[in-house]
Amino acid sequence: MRLGLVIDLDVCVGCHACAIACKEWNASGTIGPLSDYQPYGAEPSGVWFNRIRHFEMDVYPNNKTVNFPMSCMHCEDADCVTVCPTGASYKRPEDGIVLIDQDKCMGCNYCSWACPYGARELDRSSGTMKKCTLCVDRIYDQELPVEERQPACVLTCPAHARMFGDFDDPDSAVSRTVRERSGYPLMPELNYNPTNQYLPSRRMPVIPVDAKPKGGLKASIKQFANKLVRR
Amino acid sequence: MHPAFSVIFFTVASGAGFGLFSLLFMADMFKLGGGFSQGQLVAGGLIAMGLVVFGLLASTFHLANPKNAWRAFSRFRTSWLSREGVFAVVFMPLALIYLASIMFDAPLWLRGTFGFLTAVLAWITVFSTGMIYACLKTIRQWNTPLVPANYLALGYASGSLLLLLGAVVAGLDTTPFIAMSALIISIAAVLKAIYYFWIRSPGLTPTINTATGLTRAKVKLLDTGHTHGTFLTQEFGFRIARQQAGLFKVIVFVVGFALPGLMLVWVFNQQGGQAAAIIAVVAGLAGAAVERWLFFAEARHVVNLYHGAQRC
Repeated sequence: MRLGLVIDLDVCVGCHACAIACKEWNASGTIGPLSDYQPYGAEPSGVWFNRIRHFEMDVYPNNKTVNFPMSCMHCEDADCVTVCPTGASYKRPEDGIVLIDQDKCMGCNYCSWACPYGARELDRSSGTMKKCTLCVDRIYDQELPVEERQPACVLTCPAHARMFGDFDDPDSAVSRTVRERSGYPLMPELNYNPTNQYLPSRRMPVIPVDAKPKGGLKASIKQFANKLVRR
Repeated sequence: MHPAFSVIFFTVASGAGFGLFSLLFMADMFKLGGGFSQGQLVAGGLIAMGLVVFGLLASTFHLANPKNAWRAFSRFRTSWLSREGVFAVVFMPLALIYLASIMFDAPLWLRGTFGFLTAVLAWITVFSTGMIYACLKTIRQWNTPLVPANYLALGYASGSLLLLLGAVVAGLDTTPFIAMSALIISIAAVLKAIYYFWIRSPGLTPTINTATGLTRAKVKLLDTGHTHGTFLTQEFGFRIARQQAGLFKVIVFVVGFALPGLMLVWVFNQQGGQAAAIIAVVAGLAGAAVERWLFFAEARHVVNLYHGAQRC
């Protein structure tokens, strides 16, 4: 089993609901509560596993906002596991989830240097490194109904931009979507082989936007009537 | 990269300590300058080991959870940090046996064997320290074989200056020590210059386009998604101005290499004696510390591509 996420960049609206859901679930998850620094103070900050960054592609008037949720990619060749001196960082062979053993971590930050995606953060109050656990405490929890045994971020997304599944199963929803929509990993040239895949924008026809109708009043009324009829 | 002072102290001190120990073994075997006495060799060896221990202790100050520091030796098979720790610890008893073999007049083969093993281990440990940084693919300024080469060169340069000071204090013929120091410092300076030359242009590196997969057009960051800093911006966001970096590089070459070189000339001409040797040591270590600070400050981690950088 190779569990991971698929994130649809075409649909993500950048609402940060997945970040909030992750933060809420991990208030008491396997890896412990996530610290907040100055939550009501001048410079609020904190430990977050899921962060959404916003990019602008191309230049006006052809520009487009792309919202980029990023959490741990649970890479196949995770260097964060290789460089960890204490063995706190490990990749589970049964499902490929990369986790941090909070009882072994000494907070040296070396794994965060190795991660190109910025998935790992130091929690100052515990002195250990923390990262996305792929909700390992939700997906195997027998107390939850089957449809809720998914990561919190996947369940919460209002735009259904996130999917969770087994990439080793070629017929799973995630595998099929990646094939059909040409899903891609980030920074593949570093050879980390991230499991999480991103779906690019679909090809959409350009909607013509006329700044001003040409031809005067009669032409603009005709244009308006035509648009009504088309609708 | 945020320069951590504890790591700077650690690498400079332990590099100098390992360099001094190896060169002390050379001085012992070849009876350089007439040969140190037994007591002087043991004193020099203990000073070298003291520098190493001080360095290792200093390195634990950058840990957020030091109670698990003992586990750092467990992943020898995969982690260079583990390997460095193991080699440094294995070095200690072997070094003590070598020093004991000097102190208690052990046969030459025993003294030579343990001295050689210790010198090799010192070399390997400094190499491992350099590899901690060089094995990371995420930081292009570090991902080059010049990094472990520079760690070795600078460690041995500092060690050779310390050894020269020892020779001056012991009243030996300083000529071979000056020659050794001059050679190592020259090599270190050239290697450093090659390194600064090498990292000045990006080469094949990730860009914001490969980092986001949006390769068909220009991409720029609109918003990082957080109003204030995060662990990532604190650890990796440090940026040094080009002119400031240039100034520091000049300091590295002037204070770290040229000034000790001048002091070597003064010692050779019997103009400076002990004072010149002390200045050479202090300048060499100070230059190494500035170099190490710059090593961290100039490093740009690829995660900066998600925080506004166009390429790293």
